[in-house]
Amino acid sequence: MNKTLTIFRHELLVTLKRTSFILVTLAAPLLMLVGYGIYQGVQSWYHPSQPETKMIGYVDQAGDFDQYTSLGATFVPYPGEEEARESLLSGEISEYFVIPNDYVSTGLIVRFTMKRALEAPPQTVETIEGFLISNLIGGETSTEVLERAKTPIILNSIRLDEAGNEMKGQDPFLQFFMPYIFAMLLMISIFFASGYLLQSISEEKENRLIEVLLSSVSARQILVGKVLGLGVAGLAQIVLWVVSLWVVVDVGLASIPGLGTISMPPSLLILAITYYVLGYLLFAVIMAVIGSIGTTARESQSWSSIVALTATLPMFFLTVIIENPNHAIAVALTLFPMTSSVTAMMRLPSGGIPVWQLSVSLALLAAAILFCMWAGAKIFRTCLLMYGKRPSLREIARYIREA
Amino acid sequence: MNTVSKAVAVSKANKRFGDVEAAKDISFEVEAGEIFGLIGPNGAGKTTVIRMLMDIIKPDSGDIRILGEPFREATKNRMGYLPEERGLYKKLTVVDTLSYLASLKGTSGSATRQRATMLLERTGMLPHQHKKVEELSKGMAQLIQFIATILHDPDLVIFDEPFYGLDPVNTKLLKDMVSELRKQGKTIILSTHMMNEVEELCDRILMINKGRSVLYGDLKEIKTRYRTDSVFISIEGELGRIDGVVTTRDHGTYQELVLDGKTSPQSVLANLVNRNVTVNRFEVAVPPLSEIFIQIAKGQGE
Repeated sequence: MNKTLTIFRHELLVTLKRTSFILVTLAAPLLMLVGYGIYQGVQSWYHPSQPETKMIGYVDQAGDFDQYTSLGATFVPYPGEEEARESLLSGEISEYFVIPNDYVSTGLIVRFTMKRALEAPPQTVETIEGFLISNLIGGETSTEVLERAKTPIILNSIRLDEAGNEMKGQDPFLQFFMPYIFAMLLMISIFFASGYLLQSISEEKENRLIEVLLSSVSARQILVGKVLGLGVAGLAQIVLWVVSLWVVVDVGLASIPGLGTISMPPSLLILAITYYVLGYLLFAVIMAVIGSIGTTARESQSWSSIVALTATLPMFFLTVIIENPNHAIAVALTLFPMTSSVTAMMRLPSGGIPVWQLSVSLALLAAAILFCMWAGAKIFRTCLLMYGKRPSLREIARYIREA
Repeated sequence: MNTVSKAVAVSKANKRFGDVEAAKDISFEVEAGEIFGLIGPNGAGKTTVIRMLMDIIKPDSGDIRILGEPFREATKNRMGYLPEERGLYKKLTVVDTLSYLASLKGTSGSATRQRATMLLERTGMLPHQHKKVEELSKGMAQLIQFIATILHDPDLVIFDEPFYGLDPVNTKLLKDMVSELRKQGKTIILSTHMMNEVEELCDRILMINKGRSVLYGDLKEIKTRYRTDSVFISIEGELGRIDGVVTTRDHGTYQELVLDGKTSPQSVLANLVNRNVTVNRFEVAVPPLSEIFIQIAKGQGE
């Protein structure tokens, strides 16, 4: 056990010191920040900070639209279309609209602008709407009612279970984004960790160090030490990314409704972490074994991609899993060890998983990890010493029986 | 040292890889404190035998005892193994490599560091200790691997082709270090296909060919057994006729006299001395191991 620890520490330190690892680890948050900066820059360049100076002309053929002319923009009345058009051409106003005399019955507004756009900018439409609503009913009601008329609905949906209790996790963010983010995190971890494992094992296989290692420690100790060492390194990377994502979200996106108030029940968090760790372990062991079977790093890489793809399988059924968690496909994906962690990540926040499915899926996952560890160590030990020849499936089965 | 005198005891070990019999009925013993030569041509099965000793592969049948007991995981700590195929972590420094590999053998701390410094000093590698392995030449890396093999002070050391690819200076250095290990009471197994290179080092040998043991025992005794009835001489003047010499072969700087089997080399020498011939060289021809091997391989083929 002591030697496993030595290998664990060695693999962890070597990976943490690896230049490519440091670069990738730091690059992701930097990219996020740069991306956010560019987004902000583009935003403020494209939408120069609100049209306080925006001049919108209008021709009031219906009459009585002469108040609230400085609400959101400056509304300049023109007696006729000719004058308004001249002002638009000379640049005094950015656009103008005509309120026809049958507007109240038809709702038709004709807008003139010199800008090219697919449709009118929502902010402009909102400003004009505000102006029209205020003029229509402003005199007849209180300011509160007027404000409500402008924004009649701020929706908050709550789902009830059969007993009539409120169900948790109905936050739209929890329901859609959290599963997505968790599943993505797990998949990224699997891809990265498998990369490191393949690299590390192929390196030792290619430079023949493996024989020295096997003469000092057992194959199982190498396997466990590597999987855990590289796993912790990968975990450190993910934690750093999540923290920096959190910071960006906190600083930058707090204004977006829903994102500012993320909260997760602790039981959900514990289950998510359990699935995350178990899911990672299963794939890491499989990847390590693939690394030992392939003769070159490149060959192992193509095999590992196929395995990693199974982890992404639940993503194709994202809609089914989230919207109809009791569907047979969703249940099957929850129980199958290679897809269960990603699927569980998706299902957990949106309404939970029945206890029997949870326990069966966790048990199967743990059993699969133990089996892969056991069989893996045997394949690992035999294949690591084979150079230049990839064993057939039948031979691999024999190694498991004999080794 | 272990009180049991047999460092290695292999009895009837067999190993097949598919259709290839890599080891067939291999039995041998290595005495504690000797240098044992495991020799044979490339592909004879030497590495398979060694891997079975190191428990890297398991024999299909047969019994192997190391240092007086069946192989256990802890046995690995008392063994050193320099494989034929070798490499190191390219990005790691020399000292980090040595301390990691030693810790995998269960040794660490200041005593190990001191021993590492001593061995680096001995091989002239001390100035390079903080270099990364990728900055070293191939020969230097091989010295580091040699040090890594004996750093944890193992009782039984197995070297697979340890001198292969080394220059004469470093070959001499490592041979001296191997001899020193024996003086310290360590047991050493030398595996090589360069049979003549290790003749001077080995006490006893096992020669294998095509997975089978073909020659096993004390090196001196084997050589006497395979002595051809001839002498090498180098003289000034005419050789003349000598009783009992069947053929004379000319090898340029010296001549080989093949005797009839009844005449002893001593009587040939006496004959020459009596005739006042100046003798520069007189040697009873003992065939080098490689020739013994060729002889045996021929016999097997027939």
